Amino acid sequence: MHIRYESQVREPLVYGEKTYHDVTQDIISPIEVPPSKLWYIGFSISVLLLCFGIYSVYREVTYGIGQWNLNKTVGWGWDITNFVWWVGIGHAGTLISAILLLFRQGWRTGVNRAAEAMTIFAVMCAGQFPIWHMGRVWMAFFVMPYPNSRGPLWPNFNSPLLWDVFAISTYFTVSLLFWYSGLLPDFASVRDRARTKLRKMLYGVASFGWNGSTKHWQRFESLSLVLAGLATPLVLSVHTIVSFDFATSVIPGWHTTIFPPYFVAGAIFSGFAMVQTLLVITRRVLGLQDYITLGHIEAMNKVIVLTGSIVGCAYLTELFMGWYSQNKYEGYTFWYSRANLFSPYGWAYYGMMACNVLSPQIFWFRKMRRSLKVTFFMSVIVNVGMWFERFVIIVTSLYRDYLPSSWSVYYHPTIWEIGFFTGSIGLFFTCYFLFAKYFPVIAVAEIKHVLKQTGEGFKERMDVHEGQKVEEFAHEHAH
Amino acid sequence: MAKKKFVVACFDEEAVLFPAVKKVRTAGYRIHDIYTPFPIHGLDHAMGLRETSLHTAGFIYGITGTATAVSGISWIFTRDWPMNIGGKPHFALPAWIPITFELTVLFAAVGMVMTFCYLCQMAPGVKKHHFHPRATDDLFVMVIECTAKTNVDDLKGFLESQGGLEVNEQVAEPGWWFGRYDKEQQLIRDTTVEVA
Repeated sequence: MHIRYESQVREPLVYGEKTYHDVTQDIISPIEVPPSKLWYIGFSISVLLLCFGIYSVYREVTYGIGQWNLNKTVGWGWDITNFVWWVGIGHAGTLISAILLLFRQGWRTGVNRAAEAMTIFAVMCAGQFPIWHMGRVWMAFFVMPYPNSRGPLWPNFNSPLLWDVFAISTYFTVSLLFWYSGLLPDFASVRDRARTKLRKMLYGVASFGWNGSTKHWQRFESLSLVLAGLATPLVLSVHTIVSFDFATSVIPGWHTTIFPPYFVAGAIFSGFAMVQTLLVITRRVLGLQDYITLGHIEAMNKVIVLTGSIVGCAYLTELFMGWYSQNKYEGYTFWYSRANLFSPYGWAYYGMMACNVLSPQIFWFRKMRRSLKVTFFMSVIVNVGMWFERFVIIVTSLYRDYLPSSWSVYYHPTIWEIGFFTGSIGLFFTCYFLFAKYFPVIAVAEIKHVLKQTGEGFKERMDVHEGQKVEEFAHEHAH
Repeated sequence: MAKKKFVVACFDEEAVLFPAVKKVRTAGYRIHDIYTPFPIHGLDHAMGLRETSLHTAGFIYGITGTATAVSGISWIFTRDWPMNIGGKPHFALPAWIPITFELTVLFAAVGMVMTFCYLCQMAPGVKKHHFHPRATDDLFVMVIECTAKTNVDDLKGFLESQGGLEVNEQVAEPGWWFGRYDKEQQLIRDTTVEVA
């Protein structure tokens, strides 16, 4: 018998008296109806943004990097800011699906599928920026180490930029495999209840012929556990390596050892914020409030306040080190270029502080953590703040370098640079809209697996066991 | 591969399924498989399946990735094309740790997923016989393989007494073939049934 004792103090993860069939029905039925008007509107806007992005990229490829206002001094501007921003957002999914799996956090089952999808789309967006920033993008394959006719000339394996190529591509591949292998049983569920021929055929192909055999489930569980174990250090390594792009340089403001943990915390912070932005809407539109409960939202808000505070602590540490190091270049960057409100980019620094450090503190209050409006508003604020953080790190460190004659006092983006960014947002939401329409947005099999432990109806039936001793309970139910 | 004869019984409660599995095995019947909509912990042990060695395969793939990265980069930077990067040593092992780690994870993950698909015989376009469409929804479908000695009616009655629902007899091909799910297809056209 497969009952695991769950404390009655814990909130149920699935509300209502659900049977296994109800779970399938609730999660899969949105796939089986035509999309709503709202879906078409959202999807069209996303595609329009994407088209503008494609045109911006076309201009960049045709005319060169000068289309973005980058110059010798500010060589990394919006593009690398956007890259780091998207990679950061792409950290929540694997954190939820891998690290929380190892920590046995039951609530991850409700949100992991959508969060992983979001991760994959965010990494796809992130990848665009360094690729198109190469300028001569038709030579992008030069980063691949293979015996070539150019020497063979190999890439520099000691360079953090090459580490990034490996980190991001590995992260993308592993996240995709993890996500898709988890989708197989759910695609099979869609296939087996499909009424139209086309749906039966397409989901039949997508399900790889999954039939739910016990042996397959045994291998499946082994696979997900090992993939989670692999993805856990991987997710930490990716943003660590992204931070090495900066930390291993000699630019004041970048050259600091605090960067890896600071970047990873920031990544989780912004990733969870993006998950909240998407799920608050998704659960409402698809009517999944019983599965993505206020308890889930609250748990993620707790993560946001924790990581936001870690990030705030890192900001203050940086400021302190700017003074304590008694290095005048460091001091200039931190105290003059950033913390000074009246310097050219002072507004960006204070915007970042307000969005990332001060405003998330509202989540110390339970009522705020459980309020959907506050959650949605804060999730947007946090991502704006995290964008500013990357902008501050990149631009305020570069625009005034060691040589005052080459200072570039006011870097501002062109419309094509902004267009590329909005294009990436278009790409992200185009993918997400397709996902929300054609994929089971919640892991059906995983919910069924925890239903009898944490479902509301089943928890109530466990009341009789409350008075029982642990040994008695184990004796009755262990097999 | 020829077609085989199976007796199928469905269960809708884990509490009924587990004792039934035990009884069926004690009675000497051979459980072909149990199809479930989600992983049921302990069912593999109850059925007497052995542990999977997929994780061992994953370890081997991971080690392969580590070895590939370390040997590849060492050969490239010390033998094939030693590059002078700021006068630093050619054999710069600490700087290779990130790529070595990434390749370890990449090899292990890709290798394991491919092995998983191979072992479970899964690929895009693969089709199998499904004994009950609700096996991916809310039923646990127990399939028992019939032998020459099996008395089908006895077995059916026995399964019903154990709480089995919709007990029925099916002749099916146990393997896989390439096919489409929107069509009734079978690989084997001849209707002879093989019994062990």
